Amino acid sequence: MTIRLEPRTSVPRWLSPALTIGAVAVALTISGAVIAAVGGDPVASYLHILNASFGSVGVLSDTLVKATPLILTGLACALAFRMRLWNIGAEGQFLLGAWGASAVVLFPLVPDGTPAIILIPVMMLAGMLAGGLWGFIPGVLRARLGVNEIIATLMLNYVALLWIQFWVFGAWSESGFQQTKAFPDAALLPRLADFADAVPAFAGLTVHLGLLFGLVTAGLLWLFLERSRWGYEIRLIGDSPRAARYAGIDIGRRLIIVFAISGAIAGLAGMSEVSGVVGRLQDRISPGYGFTAVIVAYLAKFRPGRVIVAAILFGALILAGREIQPSGVPAMIQGIILFTLIVADVLVRYRVRIERRVPVTAAAASPPAASPPAASPPAPSPGAGG
Amino acid sequence: MTVAPEPPEPSGDAPPTAADSLAVQAIGIVKEFPGVVANDHVDFDLRRGEVHALLGENGAGKSTLMNILAGLYRPDAGEVRVEGRPVDFGSPRDAIAAGLGMVHQHFTLVPSQTVTENVLLGLDRPRFLLHERESEAEIGRLAERFGLRVPPGARIWQLSVGEQQRVEILKMLYRGARILIMDEPTAVLAPQEADELFATLRSMTAEGRSVVFISHKLGEVLAIADRITVMRRGKVTAAGIPATGATKADLARRMVGRSVLETLERTPFEPGEVVLSVRDVVADNDRLLPALRGVSLDVRAGEIVGIAAVAGNGQSELAEVITGLRPCGGEVLVRGHAVANRSASTVLRRGVAHVPEDRTSVGTAPNLSLTDNLIMKRYRQPPVARGWLVDESSARAIALDLRDTYRIAAPTVDTEVRLLSGGNLQRAILAREIETRPGLLVAVQPTRGLDVGAIETVHRLLLDLRAKGAAILLISEELDEILALSDRVDVMYEGRVVGSFTAAEADIGRIGLLMTGGSEADHAPAEAAG
Repeated sequence: MTIRLEPRTSVPRWLSPALTIGAVAVALTISGAVIAAVGGDPVASYLHILNASFGSVGVLSDTLVKATPLILTGLACALAFRMRLWNIGAEGQFLLGAWGASAVVLFPLVPDGTPAIILIPVMMLAGMLAGGLWGFIPGVLRARLGVNEIIATLMLNYVALLWIQFWVFGAWSESGFQQTKAFPDAALLPRLADFADAVPAFAGLTVHLGLLFGLVTAGLLWLFLERSRWGYEIRLIGDSPRAARYAGIDIGRRLIIVFAISGAIAGLAGMSEVSGVVGRLQDRISPGYGFTAVIVAYLAKFRPGRVIVAAILFGALILAGREIQPSGVPAMIQGIILFTLIVADVLVRYRVRIERRVPVTAAAASPPAASPPAASPPAPSPGAGG
Repeated sequence: MTVAPEPPEPSGDAPPTAADSLAVQAIGIVKEFPGVVANDHVDFDLRRGEVHALLGENGAGKSTLMNILAGLYRPDAGEVRVEGRPVDFGSPRDAIAAGLGMVHQHFTLVPSQTVTENVLLGLDRPRFLLHERESEAEIGRLAERFGLRVPPGARIWQLSVGEQQRVEILKMLYRGARILIMDEPTAVLAPQEADELFATLRSMTAEGRSVVFISHKLGEVLAIADRITVMRRGKVTAAGIPATGATKADLARRMVGRSVLETLERTPFEPGEVVLSVRDVVADNDRLLPALRGVSLDVRAGEIVGIAAVAGNGQSELAEVITGLRPCGGEVLVRGHAVANRSASTVLRRGVAHVPEDRTSVGTAPNLSLTDNLIMKRYRQPPVARGWLVDESSARAIALDLRDTYRIAAPTVDTEVRLLSGGNLQRAILAREIETRPGLLVAVQPTRGLDVGAIETVHRLLLDLRAKGAAILLISEELDEILALSDRVDVMYEGRVVGSFTAAEADIGRIGLLMTGGSEADHAPAEAAG
C-alpha cells in the first residue's frame, strides 16, 4: 500500500475554512489525549478553559485584554507574511514599541503634566517609530544585502530584550527593581472600568482603548491589502517575485516599507500593553505575544478580519490555560495547532491517495470504467503532455 | 555502425522468437485523473527493432501512457506486456529491470558530477568502490557504438543540452534498456543535433532495440518513425499506421480533429519607422558569464524580426535587456528614447510589451486570480486605478471582456491561473500584453509546449498585432515558427548576431548551420534538414 499526494486541480471554496476548523479540532483532540495520558480529564479541562475565558463578562473582558496585543502583533505578521516575508520578529518590535512609548514618559520627551490627549498620541507615535525601526533594519538587510529575514528578525528579538533590560535594570530602574516607575495617569489608556461612574456595568472591566487600536488597524489593513494598489503589489510579490519584477514593481522598496509598517504595528501593540495594562515598563511585559502572533496569523490565513477571531481564541487559551497549568498546556496546544495547520495547508493543495498494490491484470478483468465525465473547459490534465 | 563483440549489459538479449516479436504491448489501458480521463482504453504495441512515434497534442495522453509503461504511473485498468510477459511495474526501477527505460523531457542529472558518475548513479554495480577508469572505458565504448558523442570524464554542467540528453540515453543503455521511450527529445535540440539523435536511434533499432518517440512535430515524426500512433483526448485515433504513405495533413487531422492551416496568411510587409534599435549591447548571464557580446539589431513598425538561436546563446538575455530586467552595456533605444538599464516600469511606459519565456512564474503569478493577472500591466492607470485603490468592478469588467475576446477557457475570472492549461495561460498573457497597445512586443518562446490549436491562436494574434503596426521581436527555438512569421531572421550564436536574412532569403539549412556555430561556407544544399 502506498500513500501519495496528488495536486488538486480545483479547490472548492468550503475546503480551506473546513480544513482550518478541522485542524483546530484535531489539535484539541491530540492535546486532550496528552492531558488524559498524564492523568488529567480533557473534557473537564476544556470546559474549565471555556468557562474561565468566556464564562462571564468579567473574564470575557480579561480575554479581550489578552487578545489585544495578539490582534496587533498578529496583524503585523499577517501583513509581512502576505508578501512571504517571514517576520518572526514581532516580539522584538513589540518590545521596542513598548520602550519607545515608555521613553516619551521617562526621558521625558514631553514636559510633565502634558494632558492625555497629547501624551497618548505622542506615545503611540513613538512606539510605532521604534517598532518600525526594528522592522526597517531586517527589511534593509534583506532588500539590499539579501540577508535572510527569518534569522535577522529572530536575532533582533534578543537584542530588543537586552535593550529593554539595559534600561529597566539601569537608568530607568525604580530603586533597583527590574521595572520603571509607574506612568502618570495621563499616560494610561482609558479602560472601561474608568467609566464605571457613568455606566455601573463597566465596573471592573479591564478592556482598554488598545482593543480599538487593534480593530481600527485591522480595518485599515484590510483596506490596504484587499483594495489598494499596494495591496495588489504585495499579493503579486508574495506569489511570484519574478512576476512582480516583470510587472515593473520595485520589490526592494516595497519590501522595506512593508517590513517597517509591520514593525510599526507590532510596536503599537507594545505601546498599548505598557500604557493600557502594565502602566510601566518591565522586562517581562510579553509572554511571547510576538511568537504566538505567528500562529495567529497562520490560523487567520493572513486575513485581517480573521486575525481578530484567532487572536481572541489564543487570548482565551493564554488566560485560562494559566489556571490549569502555568505554561505547559497552553504552549502545547498552541504548538499542536500550528502543526496541524501546516498539515491542513498541504491538504488544501493536495489530495491524499491511498493505493493498494493490486495486480494490473486483475483490474483489467473488471468492467470498463464509466465513460468520461464532461470535464469543465479549463480542466488541465495532470501528468499528460507538458 | 560498428558491431561490438559483447553487449555491456549483464543480461544478454534473449534470441528473438515469434512470441516476443512485440517488444511492448499495452492493452485497454485506462488512467483517470481528477476530472480527466487521460487514457481511455488505449491499445499500443511496439515491435522489436522499430521506431514507433506517438503523436498528439499536449494533454492528449501520450506522456501518461508512456509514464505507465515506464512504471511511473499505475493504470486504473488494462494490461502491459513486455516481450510477451504480463508485467506490473511498481516503479521505474522495475521497468528498467525489464529492459524498459524512459528519457524524460526534463533531465535528471547531477550537474556537478561527471558523465560516468551520472551513468553509474543508483546502480548496484559496482558494489562499493568505483572502478572509475574501467567504467569510463566501458561507457566510452557504449557511447561510440551508438554514436553518442560525449566525453565520459566531463561534468554535466559543462555539457550542452544535446550532450546531456545523450548522457540520459547512455544511462538507460548502460542499464540494459532494450526499449527506450523518448519524451519529446527534439524540443531542446538544434536541427543538426536532432539529426545526430536520429542516427543514434537508427543504430539502436538496427541492433533489435525498440524506440518510442513522443512528439507533436509532424515533420520529424515522418522523418524518423517506422510506424505512427496518434492520440487525441485520451484515445487512439490512428493505431500504428506505417509512416510511409502517411501525410502531414492526415496526421494533423487525426491529432486535432480538424484540418489545421499550415500556412499563415500574412499581409505584405510595409516597413515603418525604426521602433527598437539595439546597438553594441553587452550583458552577463545569471552566472556572470558574458551572454551578449556586442549585439546590434533594429526592429521597425509593422515588422516581425525573428531571432533564431539554440537555447543558451544569449537570446533570453537579449529579451531581458530590452525589457529592463537585466543590466547591460551599450545602447537600447525605443522610438529614440534610451531604455537600457532603466527600470522595468519605465520600459513599460515606453510602450514595450513582453511575453516572457517562463509563463508560469514570470508571465503570471500562479496563485492569483485571472483578474489579478490580467490587470498586471495596467493597475497603475485608470480605470483600474482609482486613486490609490484598485477598482474591483472595473478590473472584473476588463477581465471578463478579455476572457471572452481572447477565448481564455477559465470557469470564472476568479479562478487561480495555475489551474489553467498552458494554451489558456498564454492566451491570457498575450491578451494582457496586446491590450497595452504596445509599440514593441518582445515575445520569447510564445508557443513552447502548446498544442497545435493554441499555437495557431498565438500566431494569429502576433500577425494581427503586426498588422496594427507594432514592431515585434520574436525569439523562438522553433525554426519553423520563426520562418513562418518573420519578415527578417537574425541568427544568434554565442552572444552575437551571426547572420541576418530577409524572409525571402531565409533558408532553414543555412540558418541551422549558423545557429550551431557553422559558417555559410559549410553549407551544402544537400544537407539542409526539413
